[in-house]
Amino acid sequence: MLRPTHPRTRITTEISDNENSATESIANDIIVIRNVNKWYGTFQALRNINLTVKRQEVVVIIGPSGSGKSTLIRTINRLEEHQSGDIIVDDIPLTHNVRNIEKIRMETGMVFQQFNLFPHLTVLDNITLAQIHVRKRRKPEAQATAMELLERVGIPEQAGKFPAQLSGGQQQRVAIARALAMDPKIMLFDEPTSALDPEMIREVLDVMRELAHTGMTMLVVTHEMGFAREVANRVVFMDGGEIVEINTPDAFFTNPQQDRTKSFLQKIL
Amino acid sequence: MTTQVDRSGWSAAAPQKPPITQVGVLGWLHQNLFSSVGNSLLTVVTLLLLGWALNGIAQWLLGAFWAPVWENRKLFAAGPYPNEALGQPQALLLLLALLFGLSAGRWGSLLRDVGIGLAALLAVLTLLPLGMETQLRMGIALLLLLGGYVAGLRLPFPNRLLVGGWVATLPLTFIVLSGGIALPGQFTTAVPTNLWGGVMLTLLLTVVGIAFSFPLGVLLALGRRSHLPVVKGFCIAYIELIRGAPLITLLFMSMVLLPLFLPATAPSPPALIRVMVAITLFSAAYLAETIRGGLQAIPSGQYEAADALGLGVVDKLRLVILPQALTKVIPALVGQFISLFKDTALVALVGLLDLLGVAKSVVQQPTWLGVPGGVTREVYLFTALIYFIFSFGMSFASKRLEANLNTGKR
Repeated sequence: MLRPTHPRTRITTEISDNENSATESIANDIIVIRNVNKWYGTFQALRNINLTVKRQEVVVIIGPSGSGKSTLIRTINRLEEHQSGDIIVDDIPLTHNVRNIEKIRMETGMVFQQFNLFPHLTVLDNITLAQIHVRKRRKPEAQATAMELLERVGIPEQAGKFPAQLSGGQQQRVAIARALAMDPKIMLFDEPTSALDPEMIREVLDVMRELAHTGMTMLVVTHEMGFAREVANRVVFMDGGEIVEINTPDAFFTNPQQDRTKSFLQKIL
Repeated sequence: MTTQVDRSGWSAAAPQKPPITQVGVLGWLHQNLFSSVGNSLLTVVTLLLLGWALNGIAQWLLGAFWAPVWENRKLFAAGPYPNEALGQPQALLLLLALLFGLSAGRWGSLLRDVGIGLAALLAVLTLLPLGMETQLRMGIALLLLLGGYVAGLRLPFPNRLLVGGWVATLPLTFIVLSGGIALPGQFTTAVPTNLWGGVMLTLLLTVVGIAFSFPLGVLLALGRRSHLPVVKGFCIAYIELIRGAPLITLLFMSMVLLPLFLPATAPSPPALIRVMVAITLFSAAYLAETIRGGLQAIPSGQYEAADALGLGVVDKLRLVILPQALTKVIPALVGQFISLFKDTALVALVGLLDLLGVAKSVVQQPTWLGVPGGVTREVYLFTALIYFIFSFGMSFASKRLEANLNTGKR
């Protein structure tokens, strides 16, 4: 149900109308979104979205503000509810079934634009909280995992501080560590660098780049075109609540197929 | 030293001393009291008025007649509670002192500060010539408090034991004060609840009111924000109905109307219990609105982050939302606890002899009929002092609590 795109650009999208090939590929497809629609009141925020993400794939979603890109990734872990269509995450269908929602949330980590760290807890406690209460890990184990992740994002010395004592870039790295501590299979990034001062964007992107190299499945809403070009396997362009174009980064930036994509790229590049 | 040169080559003018009228005692006086002719005049007049008033108060205090307070000290402390059974509240005091000491030693900070206040209070009571036996018991309580503190610091008992101790304290209080289960040998005296009174009753009403209305208030606040229409509707109706009536109405209702609804043969609950229920229900409605204010101040991102991490509803509220929401409204919450403490004085109107009830009865004692000018001023001043000590204590604790919870966030 994609908007018509040039045949050459469809090689990577793998959206098949053929049931057989769909079931074959399902083992490798970690997120399947089919014909998803969402309305806020009478306003349609998502229009007939189809998108499949493979394991270990990095998909970057770009588009003008209000295009529905944040809404789309927030439907994947049910921070927003979609009204029609199917979303299947790691073979778990996302329905009203609370069990399924819980399972999907355990498998997906999310990083927010505003970090959303818990301000009343230290950095270490931020990272251990869900490990202890959701993953049911013992405290020493959770703390060891937390310290390991803080090393990985480069700020182990901040473990005892409160979020407000950290810079924006450090807070966002803690937020990434907090999400990773749950051993998610998928990481969702909702404009992770948009609230950061320019000099801190890089440290966060470095962490994300490193994460992509380890083979994490990532869905990233961002305005960082350099990151998209360098790290993404595919770029999704959204406008007006629909997916306009999906392509490899090279093809996307050098040879956009849709007029809307062209005009968007002209404005930002 | 006229200029300082740093490595970048920029030169900065050395800081000059501010004029003498800006700093120190002189500066303060100048800025706050004598900044203009009008202000200077105001300062002088105020000082004169203050001196005159203080002089008058001092004169009155020296000549005041404190006998009614002193002679009725037991009445102020425990109301009509029988003399021969006073060992029961005193035993309870010993237990509480120990428990508080242990907790202060274990958890420190705020509890330690409050503990210092309590220790000072007990020290004063030990030194006052209240009689050998009472003084001895107050002294033991003081020692238990201090000993408990040291033990709490040093001994490795689990925290659960302390929490369990506090939870057990409330039912235990009722058992011990009422003379409890008749033990073999009959150590205790049965005391019906209508004989409980004085400061003891005031504090008991306050503690019970806080202990029960706080969780109820949290539930009502959460319920009012619920998406379930029935729950939400019930909570709104409850809160608005209760807030629409003065406490005294609820107290009268619980005393007068409740028996009418109960079957004539059923034993109606004692007045004390009815009053406690009324105070709890009343306070919960106000607390709910305060807590709701705190909940509304929590950005939706906090809920989303908790959701995204897979925390369940209960864990999300318990670990993420409520700690933040309650911290934000501590001053208002403690304000309501102080109100509740003072509102307990209304039970005097339905026949219980709390602190204010005792004060009223003392004023009317025939013994003091001949005293020129009456004893009203002395008795009520003393009563006010006691209310003030506890209210101020709570206010102080609230400030400390806020400071403690805010450390590291600035």
